[in-house]
Amino acid sequence: MKVIAIASAGGHWIELLRLMPAFHGKNLVFISTDRSFGDSVPGHQFFDVPDASRWNKMRLIYMAFCVMLIIVRQRPKMIISTGAAPGLMGVIAGRLVGANTIWIDSIANVERISMSGKIALNFVHKFYTQWPHLSTSKIIYKGNVLT
Amino acid sequence: MIFVTIGTQGPFDRLIRTVDRAAEYFDDPIVAQIATDGKYAPVNMKTSAFMPYSEFHEHFRKSRMIIAHAGMGTIINALVEYKPIIILPRLAKYGEQRNDHQWDTAKALEKLGYVHAAYDEDELFEKLKLFATTGLKPLHSIGEFAAGELITALRKDLNHHTALSDHPSFEMRST
Repeated sequence: MKVIAIASAGGHWIELLRLMPAFHGKNLVFISTDRSFGDSVPGHQFFDVPDASRWNKMRLIYMAFCVMLIIVRQRPKMIISTGAAPGLMGVIAGRLVGANTIWIDSIANVERISMSGKIALNFVHKFYTQWPHLSTSKIIYKGNVLT
Repeated sequence: MIFVTIGTQGPFDRLIRTVDRAAEYFDDPIVAQIATDGKYAPVNMKTSAFMPYSEFHEHFRKSRMIIAHAGMGTIINALVEYKPIIILPRLAKYGEQRNDHQWDTAKALEKLGYVHAAYDEDELFEKLKLFATTGLKPLHSIGEFAAGELITALRKDLNHHTALSDHPSFEMRST
């Protein structure tokens, strides 16, 4: 089963890598925003896309297009993301190709769910927070990436 | 070696300036990843704008103390490598970040006893001055992976060969 794991460079990516045991035995494809991060997932297919946030609309559209192209070509059964904007595009593209989608909001979002996460909440099948006080009927808490 | 990192979200002059000021108290060399477009040009440290993954990790491993913004990537690396870390959160009012989530992160992780934190330049300066002489101990160590409960839950989700429909809002929309 093909799984796409997508996160922007930096903390989001580090958090994603800490979930690796969950992906064991899957045909895993990674997407991030820094080409050098491919080195941190040897043996796995890796694509880089331009980074963009919602404050730069043109770049955001270009990034969304790049993410979409990869996901349409790869046809994954599952998309999992730890954020941020590229991850949001990933789960939306995932829904369009009929994949199951999972969002894990970054542990950095302590007081409230992230902006990308709030939008993702409308699209994803499963939504996890890493803080118990942020869990609701739709938002699952099952511990965090720090243990 | 002291390693300073401010991540990739643009410059963080308050942190770099404070470390530069406190540099005289440290005997060890200071290596800093400082991003581009900063207005302050440090003189007491070796700097580079951005570091590839491998170089970043090499510096991280060699250092005896990390001084950083309150970015989760850096904090996680410090906890995994069992390095003492002191963090200064980026704040929106100085244009260092779009919002103040780093403040919340710093407060939450300081409360858990995972990291040392300072919340303004004066506090960081005083703490650095103190730590330069007393040394700084790592507070907390973590393993390589996320909580077992989270891994197990995700494994279960990933093994669904049919469409997941446990998300209540999704169920409502699809009926």
